[in-house]
Amino acid sequence: MNTNGVDGLGLLGDPTRRAIFELLARRPSTVGELAQQLPITRSAVSQHLRVLKDGGLVVSQAQGTRRIYRLNPDGVTALRAYLDRIWEEALTAFGKATQAPDDPEQEDQ
Amino acid sequence: MSSTPTIPPLTGTITVDVPVERAFRVFTDAFGSWWPGEYHIGQAEMATAILEPRQGGRWYEQGTDGSECDWGRVLAWEPPHRLVVTWQINGQWQYDPDPGHASEIEVHFTADGPDQTTVELEHRRLERLVDGQALRDGITGGGGWPSLLELFAKAATNQT
Repeated sequence: MNTNGVDGLGLLGDPTRRAIFELLARRPSTVGELAQQLPITRSAVSQHLRVLKDGGLVVSQAQGTRRIYRLNPDGVTALRAYLDRIWEEALTAFGKATQAPDDPEQEDQ
Repeated sequence: MSSTPTIPPLTGTITVDVPVERAFRVFTDAFGSWWPGEYHIGQAEMATAILEPRQGGRWYEQGTDGSECDWGRVLAWEPPHRLVVTWQINGQWQYDPDPGHASEIEVHFTADGPDQTTVELEHRRLERLVDGQALRDGITGGGGWPSLLELFAKAATNQT
């Protein structure tokens, strides 16, 4: 069995990054606002935001002295990342299902 | 013609320790047994999802209340090596019957040995989903995100 053999994904494979993605989809936010809602430091939030920005999921904009982060409004990369996430999970579940001792009508031993 | 630029296809690979026939059968006949139940589009909780074993077959979910929601159609049915289905779920998480808005999923099953199979999946023509007006409206108007996020949050919660 090799359920670790699922390729692809990455950007939303990390639970904290997923949480940030979800928070930003609800409401554009600053680093500080995100850090308040998560059990991680501001600098950790910043690091995750950088990855999300590099991946095209998130954009930022200066507003006075604040920098506001939001999901990339073109939506394409976000949708793609989301579908990628679904497939990763689905293929892993499929891999487990192939090992299940089911199929009473197909017992070959 | 589409004005949306091509979106790179998604790909995934998994190697499983079963013969190719069994891998294909679990993927198709037993689709409802492994598809993560939180990823569904019907109003009712999903009871199961069904992939009809023939070219032109339906791919759909069945709710616990007996309702059915289409997801796509079977384009190629070549057991035990190849399967192509359409994915016609738009950005509002609804079935879009327009074949022009259908993305495609192709799955290859390759026997690495008598008891090992590599399954390669490609989800392509994603730009067709984006061409669908519903997705555009959902993203620009915010209408698509709440339902997407609800799904996403549920999935993330079930993770750990």
